[in-house]
Amino acid sequence: MPDRQQTFAKVLEQVEPFNKKGIAVSDATRFAADLEWDSLTVLDFVANIEDEFDVIITMNMQAEIENVGQLVDALEKLTAGK
Amino acid sequence: MSDLFDKFDPLIELRDGLLESGVTDPFGLVMERVESPTVAICNGKRTILLGTYNYMGMTFDPDVIAAGKQALDDFGSGTTGSRVLNGTYVGHKEVEQALKDFYAMDHAMVFSTGYQANLGIISTIAGKDDYIILDIDSHASIYDGCALGNAQIVPFRHNDVEALDKRLKRLPPEAGKLVVLEGVYSMLGDLAPLKEMVAVSKAAGAMVLVDEAHSMGFIGEHGRGVVELQGVIDDVDFIIGTFSKSVGTVGGFCVSNHPKFEILRLVCRPYVFTASLPPSVVATAATSIRKLMNSADKRAHLWENSKRLHAGLRQLGFTLGTEEPQSAIIAVIMPDLETGAAMWEALLNEGLYVNLARPPATPANMTLLRCSLCALHTEEQVGEILGMFAAAGRATGCIS
Repeated sequence: MPDRQQTFAKVLEQVEPFNKKGIAVSDATRFAADLEWDSLTVLDFVANIEDEFDVIITMNMQAEIENVGQLVDALEKLTAGK
Repeated sequence: MSDLFDKFDPLIELRDGLLESGVTDPFGLVMERVESPTVAICNGKRTILLGTYNYMGMTFDPDVIAAGKQALDDFGSGTTGSRVLNGTYVGHKEVEQALKDFYAMDHAMVFSTGYQANLGIISTIAGKDDYIILDIDSHASIYDGCALGNAQIVPFRHNDVEALDKRLKRLPPEAGKLVVLEGVYSMLGDLAPLKEMVAVSKAAGAMVLVDEAHSMGFIGEHGRGVVELQGVIDDVDFIIGTFSKSVGTVGGFCVSNHPKFEILRLVCRPYVFTASLPPSVVATAATSIRKLMNSADKRAHLWENSKRLHAGLRQLGFTLGTEEPQSAIIAVIMPDLETGAAMWEALLNEGLYVNLARPPATPANMTLLRCSLCALHTEEQVGEILGMFAAAGRATGCIS
């Protein structure tokens, strides 16, 4: 599996426990508008992603990330060279 | 054309819905007269105050009031100027000296409010390439300090030492780091594990700032806060505090032993670009701070009040924010906003004022009735308070 696809699959795994409505998740799925996450859910999710990928996603970066695709791209950059 | 106020529609609807149910507006209380630190007249009715931050009951202290009156006579009603221009009077230097003596620290810088102290210190010392690592439940003034600056912001789960440690270890070792913690978290009244947190922060080469707004005067042998209680006061770099709680007036401060601390007076915008505190305010603050140094008896009585109220409320069947009383704040957890507002109103009708706290100010979307005790609440008053909670709780169905 190419790297990006692998990253997407790992992100999907982390999304699922919080995917209360059971919607189909793609790159275009938005955390607030589609998954309807509030700030506390986002916190839990980000903490899990940070642990899974051993990275830091600052609040400054979070402000730029609206959908799953953007998160996958950000993680690709953060883990490059690891 | 869109109305800029449209964004507030959901909140307006929530508020209208609540008020239509006939409940008194919990955010519109007016105190017509204030008789003492623990009693006021609200809607013509004698009301016990259990929702102020007047922890040490200094607002009516005769020495404090005399100092304020004297300063009004001697120095006038206000300074009309910035601390760095015409707004530093002898009283401002005296209150900074009182703080240095109170905390046994080298430097003290007084701001016009506690909010501005956090805004100023945090936004100024953490620059663009630095990191601020903060507890997710931090006070609004800490978040606003982060927003005013341009550092990288890294939150961690409330009071989770391991989460803090992990994040510190993932950051670039050479980057500047500021860990921001609070001694007492004001919503639930719980303490931070500062001993462990300061240790992992120091091991990662971070500077540590602790906001002790809700502990000053009360917690620790000399009332210096949770940093003193847990034996880490010498390891923290900055303590932020306020005059609007135990000190009993208004104003904010930062104390530190950092050798270059004084430069902040020239570069900290919320310090420079606002008027300094009125002479009467700094005079009352200085007098109050000096009296707080020798208030061990009042501290002991406040602990007694806190323990008794906590045990009594628990016995009545209320769910509380902490297992044990940890501070002068005792949070009663309500099932939802409607019940919380009804209970709040029932207590007010009984003659008791507490704070109703709701999201987003509260963690985990909780609705809380926040009780904050005063060292001047008498034993009889605590008994009265418990009686009122029992009656209001039964009337609203919160307890059986």
